[in-house]
This record gives sequence, structure tokens and C-alpha cells, in this order.
Amino acid sequence: MFENFSLFKRTSELESKIDQFFDKLAEASVIYRLAVRGYLREGVSEEFKERLDTVGELETQADSLRRDIEQKLYKNILIPDSRGDVLGLIETADDVLTLFQSSLWAFYIEKPVIHDQFTSGYKHLTNMVIKAVDELALSCQAFFRNPHAVPSHNAKVTLYEKEADKVSSDLKVQIFESKIKLVEKLHLRDFVNGIDGIADHAEDVADRLSIYAIKRLT
Amino acid sequence: MIDPIILLFLSSGLFLGWALGANDAANVFGTAVGTKMVSWRNAAIICSIFVVLGAVISGAGTSQTLGKLGAITALPGAFMTALSAGFSVFVMTKSGLPVSTSQAIVGAIIGWNVFSNQATDTSTLTKILSTWIICPLLAAVIAIVLLKLSKYFGRRLKISLIRSDAYKRIALIFAGALGAYSLGANNIANVVGVFIPVQPLAELTIGSINFSSTQQLFLLGGLAIALGVCTYSKKVMMTVGSDLGQLSSTSALIAVISHSIVLFLFASQGLEALLLKYGLPTIPLVPVSSSQAVVGAIFGISILQGITAVKWHVLGKIIAGWIVTPVVAALVCFIGLFFLQNVFGLVVV
Repeated sequence: MFENFSLFKRTSELESKIDQFFDKLAEASVIYRLAVRGYLREGVSEEFKERLDTVGELETQADSLRRDIEQKLYKNILIPDSRGDVLGLIETADDVLTLFQSSLWAFYIEKPVIHDQFTSGYKHLTNMVIKAVDELALSCQAFFRNPHAVPSHNAKVTLYEKEADKVSSDLKVQIFESKIKLVEKLHLRDFVNGIDGIADHAEDVADRLSIYAIKRLT
Repeated sequence: MIDPIILLFLSSGLFLGWALGANDAANVFGTAVGTKMVSWRNAAIICSIFVVLGAVISGAGTSQTLGKLGAITALPGAFMTALSAGFSVFVMTKSGLPVSTSQAIVGAIIGWNVFSNQATDTSTLTKILSTWIICPLLAAVIAIVLLKLSKYFGRRLKISLIRSDAYKRIALIFAGALGAYSLGANNIANVVGVFIPVQPLAELTIGSINFSSTQQLFLLGGLAIALGVCTYSKKVMMTVGSDLGQLSSTSALIAVISHSIVLFLFASQGLEALLLKYGLPTIPLVPVSSSQAVVGAIFGISILQGITAVKWHVLGKIIAGWIVTPVVAALVCFIGLFFLQNVFGLVVV
């Protein structure tokens, strides 16, 4: 009975950490977009490297928050009937941050040559991916506060993911119809797949979230 | 100091109280403990305190009703009545039948009435029998209303998942405390009700406060229930918790609250007085089955959630229990009284 006096303090701490976690996801998505645009403009610059480092830091902070949330959930036996879902959600959402980081590292290490004719395609693809991830972050936060809002956010995630798939297909057609060397084509295709893969993963997380939200509402 | 002979005769009732505490505390705190929302230690402390309070403060109503059914006038007779109810509960539990102490004690009193050639008050009996059906039905209705309300407010208040978990823990403790109080108030009649007409204990004075025999019996019975809670309820709580665990935490909380409200309604003299004051029909003060109230509440929740696979065999067993439990208790009591009177030469009537 007496532990309930500190229950609300623990609850507020946990709520704040979960919010912080999803804020990191949304923040990383903004930085990722800026980094890719920067790369398309001027290749690997000082600014690009800084943004890569920022995404790396956000990923590390999110990892630390995830571990903290896991510990708090299990140590204090909070939300016993939903904690498996919450952990599953946070772990899979954390993978989105890892994908952002690995995609930027690939740009930094492999330095793909993106010709001007493909720049707008890459920009458009990145925009769609970022919109899908932003909507996912909103959906995740809605899951905790207002599960009724999850389906509408998830519908937007799916919409942006489909759009990203379409843009990536068009971009790949454009790349393979161009006159550049095959090795470059294959290199650029890998980057299209890498960026598009983030939206695919965002959709997977949203699918999980839909089930968790249904469980909460029944 | 209580005479050891009196204590020996009271032991059957106290055993019944112990068994009640061990089994029925699970209906109050089983979900909370089984789902680890409340620790067993805290549940046992709260349950013990409130069960004693309920028995001492509000136990009179249901005890009077049992007294009307059959006023046992000799201590050995009361001993055998409580013992046969306890024995029936034990045998039927071993046979895997859902059994209610309330139904067993009613059967045992009727067994005493038959043995002593006392007429059973049919209006009281009808009142008691009707509550056995009304109790789970009322629990189902209350659970449906509460679930509807929780869905309505849950949608509008938008409480976060983490915060609602904290609220649920607090609610489970309050519902558990209310449930324990109601259990003590409603079921104390099963434990010591048959001893009240005999008045086996001398009036006790501590300082300027006098404790009547009835008050002492309520306290002793309440303590026996609390002992059952503290010594043997953990395992049962874990079992009930995992059975109810298939429900969501909100539904489980609603099942416990509905159960607590129903037990309170069937025990509250205050509510009876209030209804009488406004000329409204009163709710009979009758010991009802705590387990059946929980089953009724879950049944209501299942209906609302569109679960069509109602466990008819569980329902069938409950209905069979309404008939088999009192019949077995009455038979055991009749035979036991015969032995007590003719073999041991004790005055039972």
C-alpha cells in the first residue's frame, strides 16, 4: 500500500522517458532529412558529418532511454499486462533510428555519386520516408495517450510508405534507363533501397502498433 | 478468558471462517495479486483489516436473516450446524464443484430445523433462495454498467497508459478494501451466525466500553477470516488471478468492483434504512456467494464484449451447486446432530 505514495512519481518519470524516446525519433528524422539534402547539394561536407554525429548521438540517447524504460517497467512491475507490447514497440521503433544512422554512414563511407537528374527523386523519396517516420512517432505517442487516434496516424504511415515505394520504383527505373555505368546504377539502387527500407520498417512498426492499440481498446 | 469448552464448540465456525478467508479473499484481491498490480503482503494486510471491520461494524444484518431461518438454541447444535456446513464445503471442493459457504450454512440450518422439528420460515427461505439467483445477475448488470461507463469516460478523459496503470492500482486497492469490508459484513453470518442466538460468550467490559456476546463473536469470526487470508490465500489468489488474467486489467477491476458492490448491497443495513425511508423496495440482507458474484460479473463483461462462447458447463455447475450444496449440508447436519445427541449425549436443541 505504501509504495503507492511514490507510484505517481515513478509514473511521471516513466511517461517523461517514453515521451523523450519518441521525441528523439522525430528529431532524428528531421536531422536525417537535412543530412540527405545536404549530401545531395554538396556531398560529404563538415555539415553532413555534424548531422551524422547528431543522429548517432540521438540513437545512443534513445538506446539509453530504451534500457531505462525496460528497467523501470520490469523493476517496478508497471503496466504488467501491456509491458510486453510497450517493450516490443520501443525496441522496433529504436530500429528506425539505427536505420537512419546506418543509411547516413553508408553515404559517408561509400560517397555515392548522385547525378543531378536523380537529385529530385532522392529528395522526394527522403521526404516521403520522413513523413512516414514522423507520423509513426505521433502514432506511438497517441498509443499511450489516446489509442483511438492510432488508426488514423497508422493510415498515414501506410500512405507515405506506399508513396515512398512508388517514388523508389520510379527512381530505380530512371536510374537503370540512364546512360551511367552499371556499377553506378547498382550503387545508386542500393541507396534507394536503403532509404526506402526505413519507410518499410516504419510501416512494420505501425502494423504492430495497430494490434497493440486494438488490445488496449478491447 | 473464553471457556475452552465454548472455544471448542466455536471451533467449527472459526474453521469455516478460516476456510472462507483462504478461499474468498481471492475474489477480492486475486486479480490484483495475480497480475502483480498489488503485492500479496499488502493485499493480505488490507484484506484482513477490512474484513474484520466489515464483520464487526456491518455484520448484524445478514446474521439476523440467518437467525430468522433457524434460531439454534444450544451450543452443541450450533457447533454441528457450522461443522456440517464446513464439512460439505470441504467435500464438494474436493469433488471439484463450485461451492458457497452461504449455501452450505443455509442447508445446515434447515437440517437443524428438520432435526429439531422447528418449522422453517418459508418467506425467509424464499428471500434467501431468490438472492442466490439475483446475486450473480445483479453482479452481471453492475459490471455491464461499469464497463460502459469506463469506456465512455476512457474515451473522453484520454488518460495515458502509464497513468491509468497507476490509477488502476489505486482503484484495485480501494475496490479490494471495499470488497474485503463487504465480504466481512456479508459472510460473517456464515461463520458465527448460528452461534448468535445461543449467546455463548459473557459480556466483556474494557474500560467503559461493553462488548456483547454478538460483538465478540463478530470479532472472533472476523479474525478467523483474516487468519485464513494471511495463512492460505496466496495460492488461491494466484490461481484466481491467472483465471481472470484472460480479461483485460480494466475488465478484471470492474469484476472486482461489481462483486464488492453486490456483497455490500446484500449486507448494508444503512442502505436498507435509506430505502425504507423513501418507501422504496429494500434489498434483502442475506449472505451471498462471493465467488458467484465474481462469475456473474465476468459473465456480464463477456456479454458486453460479444464473447458468445459462454461457458455453459460453469453455469450448469453453479446451478447444480444451488441445489446440491444445501441438500448435502442439511443431510450431514441431520446425521451429525443425531450422533451428537444419541452417541455423545449432548443437548443439541
